[in-house]
Amino acid sequence: MATKKFMYLNRKASYGTVYAIESLEVVLIAAAFEQDVSLAFIDDGVYQIIEGQNTDSIGMKNFSKTYHALGDYDINKLYVSAESLEERGLTEDDLMPLVYEDEDDDWAEKPSVKVVSNAELSKIMSDQDVCLSF
Amino acid sequence: MLHTVNKSSFERNSLQSCINTIDDTSVILLIEDGVISAANNANSSMLTDLASQGRVYALKGDVEARGISSKVANNIKLVDYAGFVDLVVEHGTAVSWV
Amino acid sequence: MKISIQINEGPYQHQASDTAYQFAKAAIEKGHEIFRVFFYHDGVNNASRFTMPPQDDRNVVNQWAELDIKDADGNPELVVCIAAALRRGMLDESEASKNGIDGNNVHPAFRISGLGQLIEAGIQSDRLVVFGD
Repeated sequence: MATKKFMYLNRKASYGTVYAIESLEVVLIAAAFEQDVSLAFIDDGVYQIIEGQNTDSIGMKNFSKTYHALGDYDINKLYVSAESLEERGLTEDDLMPLVYEDEDDDWAEKPSVKVVSNAELSKIMSDQDVCLSF
Repeated sequence: MLHTVNKSSFERNSLQSCINTIDDTSVILLIEDGVISAANNANSSMLTDLASQGRVYALKGDVEARGISSKVANNIKLVDYAGFVDLVVEHGTAVSWV
Repeated sequence: MKISIQINEGPYQHQASDTAYQFAKAAIEKGHEIFRVFFYHDGVNNASRFTMPPQDDRNVVNQWAELDIKDADGNPELVVCIAAALRRGMLDESEASKNGIDGNNVHPAFRISGLGQLIEAGIQSDRLVVFGD
């Protein structure tokens, strides 16, 4: 099967609407298809991977830990908009330390999250074959 | 690329986010409530440059339904659904700013 | 050209399904192939055969059914995400009997399947266009 570049565009925070968790579900399924997968977190989407989510009081499942599993599925290109973080008073340190093991580098643990400017994001997006928006 | 925006710029930041990350060759198609950004209004300047380069389209049916046909800003091109299909075919990957 | 469509919202609440339908119809009229329409999130509600709008309103579900989007073997290519559908009480005959429920509501022009169908649509099609909120 042909390999295509898939981008998952995430622009909404978790819990308020269903889009974040259902996007994550698609990404996990997509891993089985061995396509080139990138995730973009823009606007309130950056809150999907913020550290310290606690859903105890709202009666909903805290699925933030699932993002840690992405590295195991070779999904290690998580692009976060620098401008979106800054507008929200956030820095990279506020995000979960998501990592993957690089098989080409003796399984060294490397960060999956890359904070990029809108200009860089623009280039990355232009390179995609399919963009799924949530 | 073809970027579709379906939200009014008065309601959500979709159009601004799209403009922030659009490359030099992509075009924008305003659909549904996104066409409100095609009308001359306080937010029109967001699209002036791209429109003057001929890179902004609006879905005619949505413009007409919202009663703003006479208010569409200069250089914004109106297309019907067949035109929407042509844009998808001609411009490669489609990105929806839903 | 082969085009696929993802629909994220239900009928009547959002314009997404209406726009997608007009787009699909125009694409078919222009000689393109709609390879698959994938209904996700509340979009699964577009498949309810019990949908009964007033007489002066369009029937969004029947409109989709009438587009008759099928593969070469005659299987429907209006595909409803199974996980999203079951959560929202959308069942076909097989899911209903499997879960011991005494009714089913998925229109026969649609079929229930997994998320893999969405990824496959992205791989197999020249374009994938998303309609949502």
